[in-house]
Amino acid sequence: MNTASDARLEALLLHAEIDAFNTDYAEKLDRQDLLAWVECFAEDGFYVVISRENFERNQPVGLIYCEGRGMIADRAFALLKTAMFGPRYLRHMISNLSVASQPDGSVQARANFMVIEVLTDRPEPRVLQVGEYRDVFVRVDRALKLKERRCIYDNLLIPTALCIPV
Amino acid sequence: MDLPNDLSRQYVWPGEDFTRIPDWVYTDQWVYEREVQRIFHGRTWNYVGLEAEIPNAGDFIRSNVGPTPVVVSRAEDGSIAVFENRCTHRAAEFCRELTGNVKAFVCPYHQWTYDLRGNLQAVPFRRGVQGQGGMGADFKLSEHNPRQLAVTTHRGVIFASYAHDMESLADYLGPDILREFEATFDGRTLVILGHYRHSLPGNWKLYHENLKDPYHATLLHTFLVTFGLLVAGNKSLMLADPSGRHGVMCSAKSDASKIAAEDKAEMRAFKEGMRLADPRMMDFVPEFDSPWSVTMATIWPNLIVQREMNTLGIRQLIPTGPNEFIMKWTMFGFEGDTEDMTRHRLRQGNLMGPAGFLGLEDNEAIKFVQDGMLRVPGGEHLVKLDPGTPFGTSETLISESAIRAMYRHWREAMAL
Ligand SMILES: [Fe+2]
Repeated sequence: MNTASDARLEALLLHAEIDAFNTDYAEKLDRQDLLAWVECFAEDGFYVVISRENFERNQPVGLIYCEGRGMIADRAFALLKTAMFGPRYLRHMISNLSVASQPDGSVQARANFMVIEVLTDRPEPRVLQVGEYRDVFVRVDRALKLKERRCIYDNLLIPTALCIPV
Repeated sequence: MDLPNDLSRQYVWPGEDFTRIPDWVYTDQWVYEREVQRIFHGRTWNYVGLEAEIPNAGDFIRSNVGPTPVVVSRAEDGSIAVFENRCTHRAAEFCRELTGNVKAFVCPYHQWTYDLRGNLQAVPFRRGVQGQGGMGADFKLSEHNPRQLAVTTHRGVIFASYAHDMESLADYLGPDILREFEATFDGRTLVILGHYRHSLPGNWKLYHENLKDPYHATLLHTFLVTFGLLVAGNKSLMLADPSGRHGVMCSAKSDASKIAAEDKAEMRAFKEGMRLADPRMMDFVPEFDSPWSVTMATIWPNLIVQREMNTLGIRQLIPTGPNEFIMKWTMFGFEGDTEDMTRHRLRQGNLMGPAGFLGLEDNEAIKFVQDGMLRVPGGEHLVKLDPGTPFGTSETLISESAIRAMYRHWREAMAL
């Protein structure tokens, strides 16, 4: 094979790998297995859930704002062990992935997400969040990890509470 | 609005000691409409925004007074105007952007044009075309302004009122509440860090009550207790103004190792030695001239001022009916904050908002309360804690005296 098709193959493989990562990520959140979710991030991973309103105005406030996996782990622990919220089921849908490798070896990606929530006392599902991920992936021991995940949501009005991360 | 005779039996207050609150206070449409008229559109100062959101002439934001949409704008002379976001021609809500900068507000439907103070400036084809049609000769622009509200500001915070003969904000708040307000808004210039917005399926007053109910803080908010930040033995104060409508819940961070064993046993969440992987979030950087590390001010009828250590925020209550309201949060820091300080505020922000460790619990709890009333209707709430303090300021966390004081005021304002 020549170099051009090598590069195309590389790109396709990387795209498929990140797609599989996102499927796995969604599955962990749907199961509400937050300890497993923590492992999706690099040690210095940054995670924020931010409204499009704030993002576009360069205002940094996030619904969830974590600098580093320690804070992400604290978020998981607090939600699992201390937080009080009503029972619910969630489905995280991730699609429209695009991927761009960077010269430094990291990978930028973006994808659309939609989170559908069902409260056990209100049978109808509702869209809890819709928006896009802006990601930076790095390799840690060959595995992909999130160095940054910005969840930028369009629905400015959150219905009641965001209990499980996006 | 007088009480309809056939309905009067429905609105009976149970007893005169205010230890019971009937469900109709929270679920009834007629009561809600009366609240809009007598409270939000009555003799109150309503929070509408921060000056930092509209620094320049022509800057505006959409806001609300009660449920009513208003525009908050900065005029050419630097003054601030608040007027209803409703075209006087065909009622269109003409200002559509959340925020922006304009020379004038033009209703998109028929291009009626309002200046930055909300005065009607121009009506297209006012004189008709070729002498035909148009407005009558007696039509006066100045008689067709949207309703314009009285405006006052203090330390960068903007308030509006439908009453044009309101007392000053200082008199409205009273000296104790004003002192706490000025402890948070200490004169430094505010910097907006961003917003949260969420709906909540509960009555708007439940949010005031949540922050006049220090009892819940050590019981519902396991996170605070687990990490020793708030415990029943903390130095604390539930301040109420003499009218009962405003309050400030105050507490001082204390050393978790000094808590009495019997207090620990009552707080199911207390776990000694539990630590965060990244404890920076719970740091308190002293920056205020106040003995309290946390103050939550409930300023009647639509403002909460949150000073939770170093995470600072405004919460604006926007009722949309008896069973639902919207909360708009504006998180801020100060000019002169280092980048580290801003990031500290953001990290600590994980406590609050609709995904905050505390915030999500309050939202869920308020939903559960409304669910309970809607599904088992016709009941009443019990607010009997601390009978030694029937109304107003209390120095123990285990008290509901500020809630009783609020309802004494509410009944007066509502004539109910
Ligand atoms: Fe609370």
